[in-house]
Amino acid sequence: MDSDLSPQDKKDLDKFIKFFALKTVQVIVQARLGEKICTRSSSSPTGSDWFNLAIKDIPEVTHEAKKALAGQLPGIGRSMCVEISLKTSEGDSMELETWCLEMNEKCDKDIKVSYTVYNRLSLLLKSLLAITRVTPAYKLSRKQGHDYVILYRIYFGEVQLTGLGEGNHARFQTVRVGVVGTPVGTITLSCAYRTNLAFMSTRQFERTAPIMGIIIDHFVERPFGNMGHMHPCNYRAPAEEEGGYTGVEDSQEVCTTSFSTSPPSQVRTPPNLVFNFYIRLLKKRNGEDAEASSRSTDGKSVSPRDVMETTFTRKVGAFVNKPGTQVTTASLDLPFAAFAPRAYDIEENDPMVQPPESPATSSPLQGSLHSQGSGESGVPAQDDFVMVDFKPAFSKDDLLPMDLGTFYREFQNPPQLASLTIDVSSQSMAEDLDSLPEKLAVYEKNIDEFDAFVDTLQ
Amino acid sequence: MNCRSEVLEVSVEGRQVDEAMLALVHTILLHRSTGKFHYKKEGTYSIGTVGTQDIDCDFIDFSFVRVSSDELDRVIRKAVGEFKDLCCALQDAMGNGTDGMGQISLEFYQKKKSRWPFSDECIPWEVWSIKVNVVNLANEQERQICREKVGEKLGEKVINIVEVINRHEYLPKMPTQSEVDNVFDTSLKDVQPYLYKITFQITDTLGTSVSTTMRRLIKDTLAL
Repeated sequence: MDSDLSPQDKKDLDKFIKFFALKTVQVIVQARLGEKICTRSSSSPTGSDWFNLAIKDIPEVTHEAKKALAGQLPGIGRSMCVEISLKTSEGDSMELETWCLEMNEKCDKDIKVSYTVYNRLSLLLKSLLAITRVTPAYKLSRKQGHDYVILYRIYFGEVQLTGLGEGNHARFQTVRVGVVGTPVGTITLSCAYRTNLAFMSTRQFERTAPIMGIIIDHFVERPFGNMGHMHPCNYRAPAEEEGGYTGVEDSQEVCTTSFSTSPPSQVRTPPNLVFNFYIRLLKKRNGEDAEASSRSTDGKSVSPRDVMETTFTRKVGAFVNKPGTQVTTASLDLPFAAFAPRAYDIEENDPMVQPPESPATSSPLQGSLHSQGSGESGVPAQDDFVMVDFKPAFSKDDLLPMDLGTFYREFQNPPQLASLTIDVSSQSMAEDLDSLPEKLAVYEKNIDEFDAFVDTLQ
Repeated sequence: MNCRSEVLEVSVEGRQVDEAMLALVHTILLHRSTGKFHYKKEGTYSIGTVGTQDIDCDFIDFSFVRVSSDELDRVIRKAVGEFKDLCCALQDAMGNGTDGMGQISLEFYQKKKSRWPFSDECIPWEVWSIKVNVVNLANEQERQICREKVGEKLGEKVINIVEVINRHEYLPKMPTQSEVDNVFDTSLKDVQPYLYKITFQITDTLGTSVSTTMRRLIKDTLAL
């Protein structure tokens, strides 16, 4: 059979078949990533675009394809298959389709390898691009995410279609993408896809939409437990060898919707500085000890770091117009970050940690806070003290005993907290935490007061 | 050599005409476009690269792949837009509730140079006729069903197109540099489709062409 083929033609043909197989896998896997593909046309030929088509090469996919081929080429009796399956977050999986690149014995001796075969393989790849958008798995893959993911597996050898449906009822259909005759055999590309998606319809996909970043979390933390030899694209685990495929390693990998590698921001509850602020107001009104206001009291679990951050933040009044630099990461997550007290260099200049000599009246803070309290002038930097006339917006002076300006001033310079005049560094974190349950108990007792306060705000 | 003729038929709602036609015409052109040819000495040439782009339809549950060429897309959209306008005009003329039928033809041809005084001959080698049946739907539920059904139908048509293309029947020979404009449309910057033309005709439900219908309408009006 091969004797009619010149050595150069044979070499070219083998190269064409090899790269065709690799590009086929790329097209199929990329069509199941869940995103729209777009590549640019180029009028100048680039040496790397096989079959004159701009098909990007995802390195992991090429690696897996080469691993599956293990130096062999698709040939008669040796098919290369790409299996696409779906796996739900509950661990159920279902095979959706199997793409098969096969070769049969029908040869076309007269065909020109370097010209006709090459162009027809190019045409076949275009057909593959079109057909991959038409099978049912495409729509499923575009909607993959939190509820399910699409996986692919490349194997070499005999085609296995049993996963697509068993029994007497035909549960899968076959679509032939195309054929290309060559002097050594006819290459055929086809897809067998499942038609019975009843498994899908009985499942409840009623979860909320995923928060950005959670998908990556899942893959890194392997929430789809018992994945067996399936691996996410993000990291590589050793593939397991299966019996029946001599010299072939099988590995199944996850097609993620996003290849983002930025670490996800941990989804944690932000320290409740807003509630903190309300408590401070409430305590001040009642003249009670506002010590507890520095702790988060909403009953959520707060890490020691959060407590630390709440303790060392500054007090500022509401409606203060300040530049938005926030030092603590916790406060970056706050919804009302503009209202939240700002943390400077945490322990160096903080008068709460190293309280000033006369905390009641003057502190290095007050100048800056005072200047920041102006409704009209912006404060350029933390260290500059700019004394300006305090003219709050919308207020009329001397009209009422307690006007807006007075309120601002009083509120901006509250007396130092009794608890914080104590040298805080002498208290250990453990003591702070130990006192939490007592404090919580106190607050629970006063819960009616808090509720009443909240009602007044509504 | 006989011209190969293929017929595809779809039923769509008025607002789906554009996207359905774009999907099918672009699918055909994807297979009938190559990269730009760059001829070198001794009759050899190299071919540029064709990029592809996924397009989602807004009114049909369907996505298709087209050649990444904005120029080509503009030309096709213009033609499909004119076809759609004619379809809509017919429906307006005939009144609400009338279904209409149109046909858009995508013809690939070769130019054959003739001697003076005869002009160049255009010899078609492949003609795709897409028959469109435009239906009117009564409510949103029907429209939703139509979205899905038309999506499935278009998928079947894409499979039909691919089946025909992969029969590898007649294709014009790759031309020399002097002949390239007789085989390919070299006017685009980034890709090179085979020479093609798009024509269309509109008929009403009775199968008569629009011009006949309009003539009849005008005659009836004058007769009153």
